Amino acid sequence: MTDGPADEAGPLLRVRGLTKHFPVRGGPVRAVDGLDFEVRAGETLGLVGESGCGKSTTGRLLVRLLEPTGGSIEFAGHDLTHAGRRHLRPLRGQLQIIFQDPYASLNPRHPVGRIIAMPLRVNRIDPPGGTRARVRELMERVGLNPEHHNRYPHEFSGGQRQRVGIARALATEPRLVVADEPVSALDVSIQAQVVNLLRRLHRDLGLALVLISHDLAVVRHLCQRVAVMYLGRIVEIGDRDDIYHRPQHPYTRALLAAVPHVGQFGPAGRLRLTGEAPTPLDPPSGCRFRTRCPRARERCAVEEPALVRRDGGGQATACHFPGPDPLPAEPVRAMA
Amino acid sequence: MDPYLRVTDLRVSFPTADGVLRAVEGVSFAVEGGRTLGVVGESGSGKSATALALLGLHDLRRATVTGQVTIGGRELVGRPETEIRRLRGRNVAMIFQDPLSALHPYHRVGRQIAEAYRVHHRGAGRGETRRRVIEMMDRVGIPQPDRRYDQYPHEFSGGMRQRVMIAMALVNDPALLIADEPTTALDVTVQAQILELLTDLRAEFRTAIVLITHDLGVVGQAADDVLVMYAGRIVEQGHVEQVLRTPQHPYTSGLLASVPSLRGDPEADLRPIPGSPPSLTELPTGCVFHPRCRHAGALGDRCRTEPPELRVVGTGGHRLACHLPTRERARRRAEDTTRAGVAR
Amino acid sequence: MSLSPAAGPVPAAIGSGGTAGPPRDRRGAGHSPGRLAWLRLRADRTALASGAALVLFLLVALAAPLIELTYGIGPRDQFQDRLDGFGLPLGRAGGVSGEHFFGLEPRLGRDIFIRLVYGLRTSLFVALAAAVLTSVIGVVLGTLAGYLGGWLDAVVTWITDLTLALPFLVVALVLPPMLTLRFYGQRDTVPAAFGVGVLIVIFAVFGWTGTARLIRGQVIALREREFVAAARASGAGPWHMLFRELLPNLRAPILVSFSLTVPQFVTGEAALSFIGVGLTEETPSFGRMIYQSLEYLQTDPAFVLFPGVVIFALVLAVNLFGDALRDALDPKSAG
Repeated sequence: MTDGPADEAGPLLRVRGLTKHFPVRGGPVRAVDGLDFEVRAGETLGLVGESGCGKSTTGRLLVRLLEPTGGSIEFAGHDLTHAGRRHLRPLRGQLQIIFQDPYASLNPRHPVGRIIAMPLRVNRIDPPGGTRARVRELMERVGLNPEHHNRYPHEFSGGQRQRVGIARALATEPRLVVADEPVSALDVSIQAQVVNLLRRLHRDLGLALVLISHDLAVVRHLCQRVAVMYLGRIVEIGDRDDIYHRPQHPYTRALLAAVPHVGQFGPAGRLRLTGEAPTPLDPPSGCRFRTRCPRARERCAVEEPALVRRDGGGQATACHFPGPDPLPAEPVRAMA
Repeated sequence: MDPYLRVTDLRVSFPTADGVLRAVEGVSFAVEGGRTLGVVGESGSGKSATALALLGLHDLRRATVTGQVTIGGRELVGRPETEIRRLRGRNVAMIFQDPLSALHPYHRVGRQIAEAYRVHHRGAGRGETRRRVIEMMDRVGIPQPDRRYDQYPHEFSGGMRQRVMIAMALVNDPALLIADEPTTALDVTVQAQILELLTDLRAEFRTAIVLITHDLGVVGQAADDVLVMYAGRIVEQGHVEQVLRTPQHPYTSGLLASVPSLRGDPEADLRPIPGSPPSLTELPTGCVFHPRCRHAGALGDRCRTEPPELRVVGTGGHRLACHLPTRERARRRAEDTTRAGVAR
Repeated sequence: MSLSPAAGPVPAAIGSGGTAGPPRDRRGAGHSPGRLAWLRLRADRTALASGAALVLFLLVALAAPLIELTYGIGPRDQFQDRLDGFGLPLGRAGGVSGEHFFGLEPRLGRDIFIRLVYGLRTSLFVALAAAVLTSVIGVVLGTLAGYLGGWLDAVVTWITDLTLALPFLVVALVLPPMLTLRFYGQRDTVPAAFGVGVLIVIFAVFGWTGTARLIRGQVIALREREFVAAARASGAGPWHMLFRELLPNLRAPILVSFSLTVPQFVTGEAALSFIGVGLTEETPSFGRMIYQSLEYLQTDPAFVLFPGVVIFALVLAVNLFGDALRDALDPKSAG
């Protein structure tokens, strides 16, 4: 594996002002609108948010399946932002992606051994011991029987297919893996198997992982740091304990309150959000969350809050009125 | 009070090229008006096939349905299509996972709800129907219903579409509502709103609700009673708090232990159920769960050879299909808890 | 290996004692989708029957000279002595006998059976060659348009629309005489192969649009699938994309569209020959035979019957087999 120049010092992945607008009729869809974050080698970062918040687009930008409209992506010291295929090629092996749908993400016409070996073949990598041995080793590592390398995807269950997708992502010994909703298409009893597998791979291989998920509980079990996204923006980012135990942003707090908990009966907590997220075609002025925020005041409609660190820690919040304290005395309903 | 819906020994099977697929095998339960029964299970557990049987929606050229489904005192299984259709919509209504595919894209939303109303209220005039529809849209929390009456489905967000579906389902005051994964396609914050709406409406209209879901959290939030299904069978059944707080069946407790949650130690590995659900054309012998069960070896060959019956345990109608004696189960559970405690 | 079996994910249970067996079909290892289609095809009685008929037709066409040898009569041999004064064949049913299985043509007195055998050869050759050309053009253009998109897609779509707008019959009526005039002049005799070639080109020029549209649609759908994204994220180039990822998934639609175009061209050849612009008199062909037989519809109905039945059987067999193939390749479309 080739080592990048800024290997030891800086973060493995540095994202600055990342923006992706899709042109459609009626103006650009601001799917991702100015993201800043970093991932250090061996670190796990969760990107959480509801549908339309731009988390999946972010994942595809990171592995350069999409080209950013603005901002920059720096991976292992290389600028990937507008790199072409030739320039990206040597880095592809170090940066891989796992997809959500274990049915669509495997070529139905290829035996799984060939699917797993695809990144090696495409990058003309000849692993020590040969491709065949490497495929066997990968299959064992993800908990598949290596004898089944010549079987086809339709002969496997959903959970097993997802393991094939994971083995493929690991084939080139990547340093960073983006996992886009890796367990949400799986049955409940299978989800835990795959979550454990990802945890173990992170631990054993020292992988950096960007986990994209709508499921706050899954992210909590897999990620050391968490970024909460809303309408193309990060509203809060911080260490796991900070986000789950000391959330400062009203959206993070509402999101956590809305997750149904098995040990809790009857309707969910008091922090109920009304309405749904507006369209990224026409995001609200000022703070994008203000139309649903119980704390919104006039200032929120005018001024967009910056993502700022609180009390010198690792936690940053984009809110004019952050904090865990109860609702302010006179909440002003922002006009929609 | 007599239960509005009573299902006795329901069986649904489909002949396939690989043999007979037994989707539902001897399921019995009852739901009273004003109560919500949660039916939980993974894919292939038979929960959706059960739901379709409640509405007589199986294609009888391809499926074999036996047993009894009694709705409001009337027997459904084996009745002619015309008779069942009269029941559907009027007494029984259904909401689906994907509201977009259930709504006609080219018709105004208000008109679609109005049509559902008119089918069972032939005499209703235009004005009366419109009033009724707008009242219903308002009731399910669609803002400005008189304006949105004339909009098309694509102008509604996912959550609002699901509200439209609920309005359409409830416009005829059905005594039984079947909700098949109603919040699966929705975001968590919207899911919470829809579940609360269902709970409110149930109390207000005394509707009996069958809530089908794969999500134990949803059941905890919105159901009174719960059925846990596995491979077409009920493995555990009871009051929702009872079942989720003190699960008795190894599958239920395994499921609960494997779900990632917002509480507990995030650093500890999850405890998954090994293996995957069986193929419905090649079911295991004896207890269908035994190949994945940690306790299957404890009773010799019994779990492998003899299918357990669903029998009452404890109080309050808690039922269970497992050979393992209650005391032994309790001892093993206690052991597990201590082990998990030590591990932390 | 650092995976501890106790805490680790349970290794895939495929075939291992069948405990928590994964879905379906446990016969041996590695049933590729293509092999499954073959198994389904083999279990389908219509497919077997129509397939057997097709094989028989193909064998007859291939072995035409051999059949001529054993039959002892050539396609151009005339038996004027077996005709009556009006030029109609002697004997019952158009002169059917142990010597002439399907009787004789009126007027020229040629043997119908051997002309049908050679007609089948012409017909199948034209149809298969045209179908192969059609598929190649359609697949190449459809794949490029679907995969690369952009201006290329616009150009291909435009050419497709243009081709569809061309009146087939007018071109088919005008082109062959024009080409003949251009290459052979007024007086020269035109070799039979030239007529056949022109016919194939006309079919290919008009036939590729359907295949191209189908393939383009398939490629656009496949392009959005995540396995293509996975290859792209690994840095796969266009060659790998087209030949390793896309083409194996296009086999089914290509086969199906091929099987649908063949009968189209069989009837097309007959129709063109029927209106007199297809093949020349010397080349034995179904279309010409039926055209000639119409004159004798009243006096010698057997002449129209034999070619009619054979062409009907051929087209039916190809169509039935094509349908069976489609069902086998895509079980969801069945029933």
